[in-house]
Amino acid sequence: MIDLVLPSVLETLYMVFFSTAFSLLLGFPLGILLVITEKGSIWEKPMLNKVLNTIINLLRSFPFIILMILLFPLSKLLIGKTIGTKATIVPLSIAAAPFVARVMESSLKEVDKGVIEFSLSMGATVPQIITKVLFSEALPSIILGVTLTIINLIGYSAMAGSIGGGGLGDLAIRYGLYRYQTDVMIVSVIVIIILVQSIQFIGNTLAAKINKK
Amino acid sequence: MISIQNLSKDFTNGKEILTAVDNISLNVNKGEIFGIIGLSGAGKSTLIRCINRLEEPTSGKIFIDNVDLTSLDKESLRLMRKEIGMIFQHFNLLSQKTVYDNIAFPLELNGENKDQIDKRVNLLLEYVELTDKKYSYPSQLSGGQKQRVAIARAIANNPKILLSDEGTSALDPRTTKSILSLLNRIRREFGITIVMITHQMEVVKDICDRVAIMEDGKIVETNTVESIFREPKTKTASTFISSMSNTIEDEVINPKDFNGILIRLSYLGNDANQPIVSKAIKQFDINVNILSGNINKLQETNVGHLILELTGDDDQISKAISHLRNEDVHVEVLQ
Ligand SMILES: Nc1ncnc2c1ncn2[C@@H]1O[C@H](COP(=O)(O)OP(=O)(O)O)[C@@H](O)[C@H]1O
Ligand SMILES: [Mg+2]
Repeated sequence: MIDLVLPSVLETLYMVFFSTAFSLLLGFPLGILLVITEKGSIWEKPMLNKVLNTIINLLRSFPFIILMILLFPLSKLLIGKTIGTKATIVPLSIAAAPFVARVMESSLKEVDKGVIEFSLSMGATVPQIITKVLFSEALPSIILGVTLTIINLIGYSAMAGSIGGGGLGDLAIRYGLYRYQTDVMIVSVIVIIILVQSIQFIGNTLAAKINKK
Repeated sequence: MISIQNLSKDFTNGKEILTAVDNISLNVNKGEIFGIIGLSGAGKSTLIRCINRLEEPTSGKIFIDNVDLTSLDKESLRLMRKEIGMIFQHFNLLSQKTVYDNIAFPLELNGENKDQIDKRVNLLLEYVELTDKKYSYPSQLSGGQKQRVAIARAIANNPKILLSDEGTSALDPRTTKSILSLLNRIRREFGITIVMITHQMEVVKDICDRVAIMEDGKIVETNTVESIFREPKTKTASTFISSMSNTIEDEVINPKDFNGILIRLSYLGNDANQPIVSKAIKQFDINVNILSGNINKLQETNVGHLILELTGDDDQISKAISHLRNEDVHVEVLQ
């Protein structure tokens, strides 16, 4: 059993780790742009804001499985193949990026307007406000957002497993569904539950610990 | 120092245009504490935010030391803002940073090195008497302490001007007094010009040299605080004065309830030492009934108010009144 489950756990962790990293890399700047280009914000660009919003909404309205299939060519281009753990990271990252953008947007929007106003009154530049004010004031909330992203990606990665992504989802389907080995399925599900619970716990604890508000 | 000329600010909300600041002109002198008082919605915040262009004026000009602020491009404006500190009603401290880092923030923006910053921050901490709170977070401070951090932060760049938008409005009366005396000390020791927005006449009375009274986006009256207390010209001004606790409530005293002539005397502190009223009684054949009286302590002097009922011969009364007027007492006949 261990021999069966352990490699799958590692695959899942591998997929989730890298797709989290890449989706943050893509989604975080998007989230910042969404906030600062908004009307009345520090870098008002109404047109850009509209375009970004439309793209993000469009991407988010795709069911994940379909998006994955649509992105097979991109995986092929970047990784050289369309199945396997590595190849799955591409659609996972892109699927999660708009989600990350929205999560970051809502975290950054929680930052007190008065604090931004004060920074402007002190002659802060836009990049200074982003790094020294928005980011640090929103950090506890950003950590919760990242936690949420990781948990979502665990779910997505399980779905990706069904179309050749590997990992715990793949294991559960292959053994549980096709071979009627219910025990393997149950163990897979339990491991996923433990993963999700521990990540949520770590995220909550960390966010609470660094929050000075 | 600050010269505002024909400043207007409109807000458009769909088709509606709201003129929050309506063609205001005023001058603030160097080293002065200038108050702007008005009811909520009068446009005070909009006006003060125009001074550092947090709000873009719709029309008009603002000069600071003869530099036209309204003509500055973004970058020059940003640099100019470093010479204008600002404090707010709700302090606007960085909640995730310590007191130390909050005060260091403007210096970090300038790219100063750690040693320089450390020296300056420690000096400022001492100045606002918060050295022991150096590593505390804003959530662990009282309102007065938070505002002192905000003040230290606002003066970290040695600005020429300090703007306060209701800086004491969230504080209790005692804390308000201590913040006001800190601001006064800053003005005295660093010569910083201070513009104070408030809706509390107590604040004006305690600290301001001159005051503008604002109503519906316009300034209806500007004068030295002494003169406003002594002789308010507009109803708004007298309402603000009488809204203060321990001032005479003119409304409470209804002239119809009295047989004699009611007069309201206002005099400055220096006159208060002279027995003006008793001299008048002796000199003229009148009787005086004191209905109410109080003294308001202003920055440099006191303004006394007395409401008297005068009975006796009409001729004698009018002579007594002109006598008082000759003694440089402001007399208002209340009937
Ligand atoms: N950003 C804004 N958009 C639209 N209306 C505004 C805005 N800021 C202020 N106002 C309006 O301008 C008027 C003056 O507001 P304000 O300057 O905040 O007054 P005060 O500070 O004296 O209470 C109010 O009627 C307010 O609703
Ligand atoms: Mg206001």
